[in-house]
Amino acid sequence: MTADPTRNLVELRDLKVAFDGVQVLHGIDLDVRRGEAIGLVGESGCGKSVTWLAALGLLPGKASITGSVRVDGDELLGAPRPVLERVRGKRIAMIFQDPSSSLNPVLRIGRQITEALAIHRGLAGDAAKAEALRLMDMVGIPDARRRFDLYSHEFSGGQCQRLMIAMALAGQPDLLVADEPTTALDATIQAQILDLLIELRAETGMATIFISHDLGAVSQVCERACVMYAGRIVEQGKIDALFDNPRHPYTRGLFDALPRLDGPRTRLVPIAGTVPNPRHLPEGCAFAPRCAHTGPDCLSERPQLRFNGVLGSLACHHPVGAAPVAAQPVLEPA
Amino acid sequence: MAGPILQAKDLVRTYEVRQGMFGRPSPVRAVDGISLTIMPGETLGIVGESGSGKSTLGRMLLGIDPAQAGEIAFDGQAMPKLGTPQWRALRAKMQLVYQDPLAALDRRLTISAQIAEPLAIHGLVPLEHRQTRVAELMSAVGLRPDQADRYPHELSGGQRQRAVIARALASRPKLLVCDEPVSALDVSIQAQVVNMLRDLQEENHIAMVFISHDLKVVRNIADRVAVMYLGRIVEEASSDVIFQSPLHPYTRALVSSVPVPGRPLKGRTILQGEPPNPANRPSGCAFHPRCPMATDICRTTAPPLRAISADRTAACHLVADSAEPVAA
Repeated sequence: MTADPTRNLVELRDLKVAFDGVQVLHGIDLDVRRGEAIGLVGESGCGKSVTWLAALGLLPGKASITGSVRVDGDELLGAPRPVLERVRGKRIAMIFQDPSSSLNPVLRIGRQITEALAIHRGLAGDAAKAEALRLMDMVGIPDARRRFDLYSHEFSGGQCQRLMIAMALAGQPDLLVADEPTTALDATIQAQILDLLIELRAETGMATIFISHDLGAVSQVCERACVMYAGRIVEQGKIDALFDNPRHPYTRGLFDALPRLDGPRTRLVPIAGTVPNPRHLPEGCAFAPRCAHTGPDCLSERPQLRFNGVLGSLACHHPVGAAPVAAQPVLEPA
Repeated sequence: MAGPILQAKDLVRTYEVRQGMFGRPSPVRAVDGISLTIMPGETLGIVGESGSGKSTLGRMLLGIDPAQAGEIAFDGQAMPKLGTPQWRALRAKMQLVYQDPLAALDRRLTISAQIAEPLAIHGLVPLEHRQTRVAELMSAVGLRPDQADRYPHELSGGQRQRAVIARALASRPKLLVCDEPVSALDVSIQAQVVNMLRDLQEENHIAMVFISHDLKVVRNIADRVAVMYLGRIVEEASSDVIFQSPLHPYTRALVSSVPVPGRPLKGRTILQGEPPNPANRPSGCAFHPRCPMATDICRTTAPPLRAISADRTAACHLVADSAEPVAA
């Protein structure tokens, strides 16, 4: 591969999506470096899934998409199908929330994995089967050889998600986009799948995009996270910084609304109101109607996402929390 | 002090399940000998994974799913049979809130018409006062008056769940069974609905059974928590105690599996394997195939649910009796 290891793997620039004239994604800029794990956090309808469906050309025809999606410098938006097919499933694989509806119910599991191997790596026959068994082992399907010829309904939800991950790994992707991969699973199984995702990234070195509404899960899988609201990234930063000192009132609100398992039992602090209708977005900051820190400028002028070096980026006129002490990179403490 | 609002004793519910299209039907004990007591105004949380029987239990507590064995008493009276006039009358006093509000609402009726329905069915409020009562209920759950004439599809998920709760409260129930009421909602809306449920419950002194797989939400809303595994209660204690110092290895694993922001995954107990098929219940303690501490006795003998200390029970051979040491 001719890829330059220092170059960003994927670059999204000003990615916009509209359905029937209603804009739902308002210009997303995101760089994914090789091997890094990024979390996308936000409530339903904030555009976290749409971002990646749009980037991979998986949205229905009525969606109009503008901007730029580059994978190793090659433009993906508006690219002909053969170009897309070389990227989708091969270089960038995606897994979804509901594994049982993503698997084909009338094809044997082994056949579905070998199919992916045939398409993306040209493997056939015994070689394909051996590789499929290796992948099934890798994702922790016990007794893979005996279960190679079973159908998806004969596996549990957690195992179906493991099989989906095995299929995603078939193309040896550089990037795995996991869209709410653990939301439909039980707590103990959820922990297993998170563990598996972390392990696989360590083993294969692939980058991971982890789309989730679960801040706890994101903090365990990712190094940095983007918080999205109403089709925009409103805050971005390293997990530790973001979780210790969230600056955007929305990020802060998400943390406060989360019930806790330790500490004293206190009343939850919800975010007032609801997510705005994308047809009638408020002028200025989209979060202003629900925000307790608004000034007059929030209602009139939309805050831009400003990059602040190592501290991440933020789109807010009146951030909460402590202002970061150093605008320059912090020196190692003596 | 008043007696319990609901008392259930040794409830059993068995379903016939076929293995494959032509398989012989085999019995599955979804709920296997559960006893519960709920005091007026108290909230009992029930947690467990899918297939643990928690939803079946919730329906049985209301008499919707008849028990094959065991008995339920509501407010000191034995639960009447499903479908009888006595049972229907009693349903005004006990209501159910499901996870999916869109499925629970009639798409062709406005919100206010649906909230008024229980008032008409149980003949509670005369027609001329019905609109006032509906307006009261809507404001109690935080719906705006102008939303009265909306249809379910015109409301957001959180607003729909508010409408369902308003309807459940219309008949002034003494017991509310909530089956995953906030699981489908976003975090910020979830907190709104949880707070609202707590307030309404305190104001109206309603007892509540709160069924959920989300330990964090349960801890926040429940006074007492019962943990279910494969149709049985494996541990029960006050919600302050149970999440702080879980005794049963399964409860420990559950608590440990909750991702906490900022706490790394390493060092957590991650259970191996999956919940077993209820149709093929393991011998002895049903949890032993996944239990990191299982010993020989666990494989052969099912541990009974026993008192560990005051207000605390657990079903595990390995949990020491703190009240008195185990006799040698």
